[in-house]
Amino acid sequence: MKIIVCIKQVPDTSGKVAVNPDGTLDRASMQTITNPDDLNAVEAALKIKDATGCEVIVVTMGPAPAAGMLREAMAMGADRAVLVSAREFGGSDTYATSQILAAAVKRIGVEKDDIVMCGRQAIDGDTAQVGPQIAEKLDLPQVTYAADIQKDGDKITVRRMLEDGYMTIRVETPCLLTCIKELNSPRYMNIKGIYDTYNKPLDVFDYETLKDDPLIDPTTIGLKGSPTNILTSFTPPLKGAGMMLEGADHATTDKLAELLAAKHII
Amino acid sequence: MPEYSNMQLENYKNVWVFCEQRQGKLMPTDFELISEARRLADELGVKVCGLLLGDKVEGLAKDLAGYGADEIIVCEHPLLKDYTTGGYTTVICQAIEALKPEVVLFGATNIGRDLGPRCAARLHTGLCADCTHLDVDMPTYKNFLKENSTLPAEKIDGMGTAMVMGEQHDVSRDLKMTRPAFGGHLMASIICPRFRPAMATVRPGVMKKAPFDQAKADAVAIVKPEFTLAESDIRTEVLETVKAAKKLVDLIGADYIVSVGRGIASDVEGGIKLAEELAAELGGVVGGSRATIDSGWLSADHQVGQTGKTVHPKVYIALGISGAIQHKAGMQDSECIVAINKNSAAPMFEIADYGICGDLFKVVPMLIESIRALKAAK
Repeated sequence: MKIIVCIKQVPDTSGKVAVNPDGTLDRASMQTITNPDDLNAVEAALKIKDATGCEVIVVTMGPAPAAGMLREAMAMGADRAVLVSAREFGGSDTYATSQILAAAVKRIGVEKDDIVMCGRQAIDGDTAQVGPQIAEKLDLPQVTYAADIQKDGDKITVRRMLEDGYMTIRVETPCLLTCIKELNSPRYMNIKGIYDTYNKPLDVFDYETLKDDPLIDPTTIGLKGSPTNILTSFTPPLKGAGMMLEGADHATTDKLAELLAAKHII
Repeated sequence: MPEYSNMQLENYKNVWVFCEQRQGKLMPTDFELISEARRLADELGVKVCGLLLGDKVEGLAKDLAGYGADEIIVCEHPLLKDYTTGGYTTVICQAIEALKPEVVLFGATNIGRDLGPRCAARLHTGLCADCTHLDVDMPTYKNFLKENSTLPAEKIDGMGTAMVMGEQHDVSRDLKMTRPAFGGHLMASIICPRFRPAMATVRPGVMKKAPFDQAKADAVAIVKPEFTLAESDIRTEVLETVKAAKKLVDLIGADYIVSVGRGIASDVEGGIKLAEELAAELGGVVGGSRATIDSGWLSADHQVGQTGKTVHPKVYIALGISGAIQHKAGMQDSECIVAINKNSAAPMFEIADYGICGDLFKVVPMLIESIRALKAAK
């Protein structure tokens, strides 16, 4: 049995975010991190590994430096890693990305007992689309927004969160699950893990590796294979600065109440 | 060649809305999306069709039509009673392939965001996630950009085509789907120029609901397409659906929201109590920044912002919220924003209509008194 976890390296948008004059993100000036929801997926896989001794494989698509993130996931406890990287894969939208990741997961191999896990969504695009689209391309059942995962043989019971409650869903392996932060608290790397990580295998799948898969077709991958195109990207304007009221005493709050009343909003 | 490469775009007509129901109750976002679809369909000169799946749900069709749908496509089956990814994807994809809509909108709910990507992947078409603005008509889109972007006017005026597969493509009939990225630091307008339907999930609470029109509701046309659905299409078993026991705060429908941020850290309970008092005085509800939810001070249903809810109340009062861009993304379209913060450099002041630089624990009790006094004087 094995668990394949798809993870992504993203710019840390919670800190200072720099935007270039042309409206694109200044990635060079920003820290990169492992996408937070993806760490929950790694932790969920490692928990099952702790209980069953299964193999955990982390996979990412991205440029060569993303290998560092894969080493970190192996330092947490993953057994091996795959970096999917090729010029041909660049410019992919979520559809094309899931074609490529699905081909990579297929090459690793999905057998009867196996699970594919993803984070719910990545903080750079916030689309939450790649997980379900990989599942479709691999013809696997999916359960998204997993806040609890219980495994009993080939049956997986998932608490799937809704805005106003949850559903309890049972699914059989092989399946794909997307994980949310309520699921667990990701473990830290430990010294032994960091020591071991460089002895663990990290394979690179490039275009040559994957090109014979029917999912990898010039019309379905990369910029040219992406059904969506960016028409324009822009930064939102700042709303005009409002009025700072003087002081912070009763006179100030009276004035605020009057201003709100004058606008008929209270 | 795969079939998708021979797609005849002009054969695809009408704007569809997936009308999500849970336990036989329509979701509020269905009405927002029907109203928005009406506007888009009028620009395209086509019909609005609601797509309603479930078991014995035809009775909901009138409600949807009252907000502007011409037709409701009803697919009923005992296996569609509970939402399942497999069951709903199977039926929706058959309906789309048979009836060929030009545009399909889903609410970006936890269900819409499970279903939309699965359908788009099966149909080989583009899907834009969690949109906050939609346009077809170019002049309307350009006006939107002029008001909501920092792009120079001459650049906006010159728009009309996009480079698609190495050729200039006229975008005048394409759905332009605008959404935030990188936590709201950037906005992008996405098109799906080569495939149909163009699909989008749309953030709940963003589109404005039209007034209900009884005549339209009574005039609804019901369409029942044929489809096949077997248990083997479903592959997941819903053991139970549980509604949260506690009443969740309705941020999206609220006219007044008092939100708290990290500024209440010195006295979390006291800060929340003050916010509740102020909200009660205004007839509103309490929200919170991501920090307050992550710290466990408030439950997740209170969260305003990029990863929480998008709100546009009449008044949004931010107490001790510095104003991270992710938070602003969820509340900057409020009619009136009031910021109270000790730190005069808090970015929240940049978008506030009125700001008070001071200790919220001192200012808020005084503000409650001022509002009470004003009401008493009226």
